[in-house]
Amino acid sequence: MNVGLPHFLTVGAILFALGLFAVMSRRNAVGILMGVELMLNASNINFVAFSRYVEHAVDGQIMAAFVIVLAAAEAAVALAIVLAMYRNFGTANADVAQRLKR
Amino acid sequence: MSDTAILTSALVILGLPLLSYVLTFFFGSRLPRRGDFIGVTFMGAAWLLAIRIFLTFWKIADPSYRVEGSFTWVNLGPFHLDAGILVDGMTSVMLMVVTTVSFLVHLYSTGYMHGDRRYERYFAFLGFFSFSMLGIVLANNLLFLYIFWELVGLSSYLLIGFFFHKHSAASAGKKAFLTNRVGDYGFWLGILAFFTACGTLNYFELFAHVHAGTISGTLLAWAGVGLFMGCVGKSAQMPLHIWLPDAMEGPTPVSALIHAATMVAAGVYMVARLAPLFGHTAMEVILYVGAITAFVTSTIALVKTDIKRVLAFSTLSQLGYMVMALGAGDSVNAMFHLTTHAMFKALLFLGAGSVIHAVHTQEMPDMGGLRKKMPITFITFLIATLAISGVPGFSGFYSKDGILGSTLAFGMTSGQYIPYILGIVAAAITPFYMFRIIFLTFTGKPRNQEKFDHAHESPMNMAIPLMVLAFLAIVSSGFKTADKGWFSRFAAPYDVPAVAAQFDLGAPAVAHGLVVAHHQSVSGMGEVIEHEGAEHSAAGHETEMETAAGHAEHAEHSEHEAIHHKAHIMAMIMSITMATLGILASWWVYYMGKLDTAALLQRLKGVYTVLQGQYFFDEFYAATVYRFTLWWAAVCAGFDRYVIDGIVDGTGYLTRMMSWTSGLFDRYVVDGMVNGVASVLQGAGEGFRRLQTGRIQTYLVYTSASVLVLILVYKVL
Repeated sequence: MNVGLPHFLTVGAILFALGLFAVMSRRNAVGILMGVELMLNASNINFVAFSRYVEHAVDGQIMAAFVIVLAAAEAAVALAIVLAMYRNFGTANADVAQRLKR
Repeated sequence: MSDTAILTSALVILGLPLLSYVLTFFFGSRLPRRGDFIGVTFMGAAWLLAIRIFLTFWKIADPSYRVEGSFTWVNLGPFHLDAGILVDGMTSVMLMVVTTVSFLVHLYSTGYMHGDRRYERYFAFLGFFSFSMLGIVLANNLLFLYIFWELVGLSSYLLIGFFFHKHSAASAGKKAFLTNRVGDYGFWLGILAFFTACGTLNYFELFAHVHAGTISGTLLAWAGVGLFMGCVGKSAQMPLHIWLPDAMEGPTPVSALIHAATMVAAGVYMVARLAPLFGHTAMEVILYVGAITAFVTSTIALVKTDIKRVLAFSTLSQLGYMVMALGAGDSVNAMFHLTTHAMFKALLFLGAGSVIHAVHTQEMPDMGGLRKKMPITFITFLIATLAISGVPGFSGFYSKDGILGSTLAFGMTSGQYIPYILGIVAAAITPFYMFRIIFLTFTGKPRNQEKFDHAHESPMNMAIPLMVLAFLAIVSSGFKTADKGWFSRFAAPYDVPAVAAQFDLGAPAVAHGLVVAHHQSVSGMGEVIEHEGAEHSAAGHETEMETAAGHAEHAEHSEHEAIHHKAHIMAMIMSITMATLGILASWWVYYMGKLDTAALLQRLKGVYTVLQGQYFFDEFYAATVYRFTLWWAAVCAGFDRYVIDGIVDGTGYLTRMMSWTSGLFDRYVVDGMVNGVASVLQGAGEGFRRLQTGRIQTYLVYTSASVLVLILVYKVL
């Protein structure tokens, strides 16, 4: 079986869809965060895959490295926020935090 | 006195009673003696001024001399209404008469009304009444004459109904007022007729217009009858005489004032003053109304037992004489009789008041023998009775004689003897019923011992007016008839046969009334101004006629003179005979008691009932005029209730129905649309707000779905 670009893109798409589903359906903030990570990683696969099939190009790989750094930073800040939120509300459920809505 | 001084005095005379009225009305109850001294002193001052004016005109001795002062009151563009006063000989006599009687009545009332609950109010009304009457006397145009005429009507209502807590007095006041309204209606129409035709209301301008023929024929006749209707009301001529007997409900001094010198005199004065305005048709009406009144009312006086009622009917009868004289064209003797009558009739009323004050009844059957108890009242009353009966030497004889002479002269020229016959019969009846009063009241034995014991002579403030009036009742004629005596200084004698001759010719009896001679007009500011040309031309006209007619006129004139002379001698003999007969008959019946009056009444029961019922005028009016008025009022009320109210209610109902329909449309259609829009929007809002949950995840769903849709759309297209 010959593995080509469509296979990579399909995996990335599935991963993105899973991540999106997680972001949309999870109530737990940590779960949502995990969905976001999944989507970021799906884009990473796409970047790397496109980079592999374009000759003499490393832009995709550099972009992926950026995304990984960004995701780490994002996870650090987001988890801090989740912690602060848990302290304030006693739960990590995202839909409980509705103070601005009222 | 200069002209300006005369005008000023006249204005002061007019103002004094008004001032007395205001002061007494507002401050009377707080003043000592409840303010009666104000009325008495003010009226006394007015009297003195009137005497001064009277003496001035006595000295001038020119009936055509007149002083007129006026200013424009209302400017109506082509017309203007003036306010002004006129003083001439006739006015000065009337001023004298009115102030004399008014002053004496004021004085007398301080005794008669003593202790009345509304004493100060009474004096206020007396002042108001005197003011109104003096206004009539002084007015120089018909409008102001009418205004004061109505004021007299009002104040007479107040005075007659003074004891308004008595039902009879209240309704008597109302009756006097309403009956006068009927006459005033005609009066006003007459004034309007003259104003429409001539465009002026000033007396002398109107005279000139009538002379020049601006108004003539039928209009002049009816306008004259209209003016005379005012006199019929005020001077209580038939058929509007019904208010006067009832007006006896007022306090007796008021009767003396109203029925002797002022109110009833106003009508006679008005006709005499405006004599040139009456055409021969109107004159004829006046003549017969006066003659019939003089006769008919004197017969009623025969059977009345209430002393004031007898005097009331005698007043009616004497007024009939005056009006008869006016109708015969002899307004001078009418005014002369008015003057003398004012004196002796005021005296009779005040004397009767004195008797009533003493015995507290008005019924003659309860009196009798009062001669010894009340000597002053008796003697003065007797003098007045002799005067009204026409006994030579007393004032009434000369004036009544003048009237009867003129009426006879009128009859000899025109062939109409009926007025004279009615007058001479009444002249026999008058002494009969007047001496009946004397005999029943003052002589014989007292018929009611209790009342007799109570009786006493009146106090001095009541007795002095009686004595003054008794003096005047003797001398006021000057012991000569009007055309020969002092009165000719104040009013030019009329040529009655000439007037009568004009009746036959069908021409208006104008030339005699129009006094065309030099005179002065004084404006309100006191400067002497030139008079308009209208009357100068009238004067020229007259002289032209005279020269043209020449000797024939002269012959006719001397023929008239002869008739006049003959008539007066015959009338004098007749009236002396009649007076003697009347007095003797009265003496025979009531003093000697030779006639069984009760049996006579039994036999003449029908006649007695008619006389006692006053010819059933009141009943006649009740059955016709009142009933018609009530019926008509009921018709009007029905029309009002069903037609007018129906239209109004129908309109209201229609409006209500329309607004109800409009309300429905409003509620369901307009409101439905408005509410529909609102509820659609609300529903939409309700729907859409569900989309905005505030949860990012939902939005993410929408976004993802939208992107998916866009991708699909992009792919498909």
